[in-house]
Amino acid sequence: MKDAKDRIKTFLSQFFGNHELQEDDDIFAAGFVNSMFAMQLILFIEKEFQVTIENEDLDLDNFRTINAIAHLLERKTTVIAAT
Amino acid sequence: MKIELTPQQEKYRSEFKAFVDESIAPYADQWDREEQTPSHVIQQLAQRGYLGAVLPQICGGSGMDAIAFGLVNEELARGCSSLRSLLTVHSMVAYALSKWGSSLQKEVWLPKLASGEAIAAFALSEPNVGSDAKAIETTATISGNAYLLNGQKKWITYGQIANVFLLFAQCEGKPSAFLVENTRPGLFIKPISGMLGVRASMLAELHLEDCKIPQENLVCRQGLGLSHVASSALDYGRYSVAWGCVGIAQACLQACLHYTSQRQQFGQPLKDHPLIQQMITEMIVNVKASRLLCYQAGYLKENRDPKSIMETSIAKYFASTTATQAANHAVQIHGGNGCSSDYSVQRYFRDAKIMEIIEGSTQIQQMTIAQSGYSESGARV
Ligand SMILES: Cc1cc2nc3c(=O)[nH]c(=O)nc-3n(C[C@H](O)[C@H](O)[C@H](O)COP(=O)(O)OP(=O)(O)OC[C@H]3O[C@@H](n4cnc5c(N)ncnc54)[C@H](O)[C@@H]3O)c2cc1C
Repeated sequence: MKDAKDRIKTFLSQFFGNHELQEDDDIFAAGFVNSMFAMQLILFIEKEFQVTIENEDLDLDNFRTINAIAHLLERKTTVIAAT
Repeated sequence: MKIELTPQQEKYRSEFKAFVDESIAPYADQWDREEQTPSHVIQQLAQRGYLGAVLPQICGGSGMDAIAFGLVNEELARGCSSLRSLLTVHSMVAYALSKWGSSLQKEVWLPKLASGEAIAAFALSEPNVGSDAKAIETTATISGNAYLLNGQKKWITYGQIANVFLLFAQCEGKPSAFLVENTRPGLFIKPISGMLGVRASMLAELHLEDCKIPQENLVCRQGLGLSHVASSALDYGRYSVAWGCVGIAQACLQACLHYTSQRQQFGQPLKDHPLIQQMITEMIVNVKASRLLCYQAGYLKENRDPKSIMETSIAKYFASTTATQAANHAVQIHGGNGCSSDYSVQRYFRDAKIMEIIEGSTQIQQMTIAQSGYSESGARV
């Protein structure tokens, strides 16, 4: 999980300039993101972690912080492992 | 590193090229004058599986890879940019639905869109709203188990013939996406004519007056209409238009290579004049550069790489400015003939200008690309 958080942080940091992003920083509230960000984030998560983000995952709270994304991944990979 | 089409992509390219040379290019000037796309041509696109290009075979699509989809856009636009714009908007909706539609929406619409039984259009722009899409004024209010839509949409490509619209409205103050069938009471479709370019693309205004749609026509979630649904669609739209611009520029180049070999002035063919060669050189180089940017965007898209989004924006920006420059040169090189309806270059010139306005104008791309350049370098704008 630590590894996943690091990978998410590395990806996000390219949108946040010199700002040192913390694991519970609200990335939407910080106002750094542009109109293409949501799609880039989804593509990143899908490719990097080999999951598919679906309609039912699209609660913004699932994407608000590095921790939240990591939790979403944890849930999704558990589901995949269980099926 | 290897930049080479696969045998399957080569096969596709020859097929697209032959179809366009035989069935599209010879008639495109006439469609432009008549401001109509004949329905039999749309049926041909459907029969050939092009309308289902971006959809997987499992729902009846042709499951083309991103490069093959690019090639069909280039070739169609080489013949007729209006027809390419049909493929653009239809594929934008098909792709967005395949990604964000509910199971029911996918079940009902994807097979119809894949076969061309239904034509889809994309309804975002409004009389007061273009580049700043967040500011859309059309509203969707909840009424029992339905939504009531009110407002106006403008410049909707193939809006005159579309069976279904992916339409964007504010719902409880949050931008949201809806499917609106053309048969819904309260939807009035008004044709637009007399446009500068892509004149056969049968544009329409949509007037929504208490237009009632069922709740299950909401696509994705309230509030994610722009950030997820429109953004996914527009990314495909930009990719399709970028390739379309390569097609326009290629058509300009071909017309000029031919014309300058025939036409003589000052006792020699135009092609022997250095200033003409300069324009031809710019066209050759920029067409190739645009195509390479499109290949790069397509390669990243096929790999579902997050970088594909910005690279598509860059490809669209470069290819659309290349298309206007190439068309400008093409008219110049053709002289008086270039201004006449006897030659297609005047159509390319008018069509190319549109490409710098749609799917994010040149200025909007410049803002986005610069912003991303600063972000990548660790700074912010
Ligand atoms: C042929 C055609 C087909 C179309 N098809 C569709 C369709 O199918 N569906 C749909 O929804 N829409 C469609 N459109 C609309 C198109 O998407 C819009 O025209 C486009 O988004 C630009 O919006 P606008 O025309 O309102 O221009 P505006 O947004 O008003 O912009 C006017 C000018 O100002 C510039 N500008 C705007 N903001 C800035 C800024 N911040 N800084 C610098 N310059 C700026 C723009 O680049 C442009 O040059 C179509 C348009 C055309 C012409």
